[in-house]
Amino acid sequence: MTVQAWTFVLVALSFALYIGVAIWSRAHSTKEFYVAGAGVSPLANGMATAADWMSAASFISMAGLIAFRGYDGSVYLMGWTGGYVLLALLLAPYLRKFGAYTVPDFVGDRYYSQTARIVAVVCAIFVSFTYVAGQMRGVGIVFGRFLEVPVEIGVFIGMGIVFFYAVLGGMKGITYTQVAQYCVLIFAYLVPAIFLSLLITGNAIPQLGLGGVDQTSGTFLLDRLNGLHEELGFAAYTSGTKSTIDVFFITAALMVGTAGLPHVIIRFYTVPKVRDARISVGWALVFIALLYTAAPAVAVFARTNLLNTVSEQPYSEMPEWFTKWESTGLISFEDHNGDGLIQFVGPDARDDTGRPVENELTIDQDIMVLANPEIAGLPNWVIGLVAAGGLAAALSTAAGLLLVVSAAISHDLLKRGLKQDISEWEELVAARISAGVAVVIAGYLGINPPGFVAEVVAFAFGLAAASFFPAIILGIFSKRMNREGAVLGMISGITLTASYIVYFKFINPSANTEEYWWFGISPEGIGTLGMLFNLLVALTVSRFTPPPPERIGLMVDRIRIPRHTEVVHEIDL
Amino acid sequence: MTDTSNTRMTSTTNGSDNRINEYWQRNLKYVGVLLAIWFTVSYGAGILFVDFLNRIRIPGTGFPLGFWFAQQGSIYVFMILIFIYVFLMNRLDKEFGVDEEGE
Repeated sequence: MTVQAWTFVLVALSFALYIGVAIWSRAHSTKEFYVAGAGVSPLANGMATAADWMSAASFISMAGLIAFRGYDGSVYLMGWTGGYVLLALLLAPYLRKFGAYTVPDFVGDRYYSQTARIVAVVCAIFVSFTYVAGQMRGVGIVFGRFLEVPVEIGVFIGMGIVFFYAVLGGMKGITYTQVAQYCVLIFAYLVPAIFLSLLITGNAIPQLGLGGVDQTSGTFLLDRLNGLHEELGFAAYTSGTKSTIDVFFITAALMVGTAGLPHVIIRFYTVPKVRDARISVGWALVFIALLYTAAPAVAVFARTNLLNTVSEQPYSEMPEWFTKWESTGLISFEDHNGDGLIQFVGPDARDDTGRPVENELTIDQDIMVLANPEIAGLPNWVIGLVAAGGLAAALSTAAGLLLVVSAAISHDLLKRGLKQDISEWEELVAARISAGVAVVIAGYLGINPPGFVAEVVAFAFGLAAASFFPAIILGIFSKRMNREGAVLGMISGITLTASYIVYFKFINPSANTEEYWWFGISPEGIGTLGMLFNLLVALTVSRFTPPPPERIGLMVDRIRIPRHTEVVHEIDL
Repeated sequence: MTDTSNTRMTSTTNGSDNRINEYWQRNLKYVGVLLAIWFTVSYGAGILFVDFLNRIRIPGTGFPLGFWFAQQGSIYVFMILIFIYVFLMNRLDKEFGVDEEGE
């Protein structure tokens, strides 16, 4: 069978699986719609969290980013896993004990303030839509390249599937489809990784193959790649080019941002007990780490294969995958010196006479994972599997995000805000309608992606880091923290982070270089500074304003201890 | 689990306030120590001291040590830290009679 036929079969099978799961797990109450009835087992929730969290960015883009940046790519590996330690130790058990449905629920109740709730709702909606746009771009790429259907139709099909199980099943439907999607995506990621590891290093475990010996040259793979990099004028793969302070701040912003992302946090409302919430974070990280520790290996395999395949080879003899990706515009070649060979070189490249060599090949880093099996000449079914895996990653994350948007509108804005007398049934209808509208907006963003998707992702993490994370942590760990401190802290953190990113990314992009950055911190890492600023403002303001009412102190006490006799926020409001 | 331990933490006498405090202080100590390790393996070994550690190679492999911590080791340690925390907290909950068994 051809690649296209395999892709079609595997994608169709996986979609049928998701629809079947969705029909089996329909939601009948708001509790089922928002938090799957709080009856999900910790292991299943760990798997669902892993699929929820690992998006098109993790599946499709991350190994490519690492392949092109070497050590500097470590910020994503540490940043997107280290946040789970913060979640397990500082957030998840307490939020589960609190027993709310959404993140703005906690912020609004703990700080006895509708203003705090509204600030949280706006952040949650903004962060989630930012993210969804990125997922839909991933769906478009996979459909466009592998099934050769127009991007619009690809997005329509994807949105149709998400619409079906998110609107019908809410969190319950999403949770169990995410479990299925995790299985699809991890299988699709590891199969080619194992194939490649065997081919290149003779070791079946990619994580070990990364440190193993390259079969063709007989030297360690990493040494061989560093050698190739030096030859071609790239910086050494295992040491970075970013400044230490920038790597530090970006890693911190990603970690704290991860722990503050509403679609991740709400997953821990879905388990029955506090102890389940703790262990569930552990399982989530195990399932995530399976992919995240394989990714740097995939990156090195891909990079080595790519350099071996294209460097100094005649353009006319490039294999089929090369020309196919070229037609999508994600690979482009310009023969500057007219020798018919591809010079794929770094900024320091020199020829034998010491003159600079011009790079002739541009490759979009997003295609590395998708093109990898083809570059290595793996069987057609593996290539189809990777396409199905990429779709699973994108759709599972999109669904989780859409639920946050839906709950923010029907629960936080209506039930807890504008129309508090709404009945359970009306709220459920409102939740379904807002989920439906959110799907349509996400579809629109997927077909007409804003040109700045990559830029706004920095925004999403920065805002989550600078707003939610400090507000929640202080709400649990400081009884003295009051409404005034939390609200002003969130607003200061967001303002600082947003202005810095907007200035360097949109108003004055030409100044987006190290010499103009504060302390050498890039816009990607500014969320860390925003978070520190938020903490500073919140702690200072709270010392000069009245302490919170006594009932808040009792609420915090109850959040801190696992066993309780009643749900905290229901008796306090 | 007995009924006395069930009510121990929810009554409002001063004695139980002290128990709550003690429980919380122990929790903070665990969190503090584990986060110190979290910081050391990622920000320490993977970022601040990466160049120094890269001079060392993990024997029998091609991994420079700092690079390994940044792209592999820190993630393994993160997982272990969470499971240690789960173990410690489950034990602490039992010790203070606030665990959720049989609920």
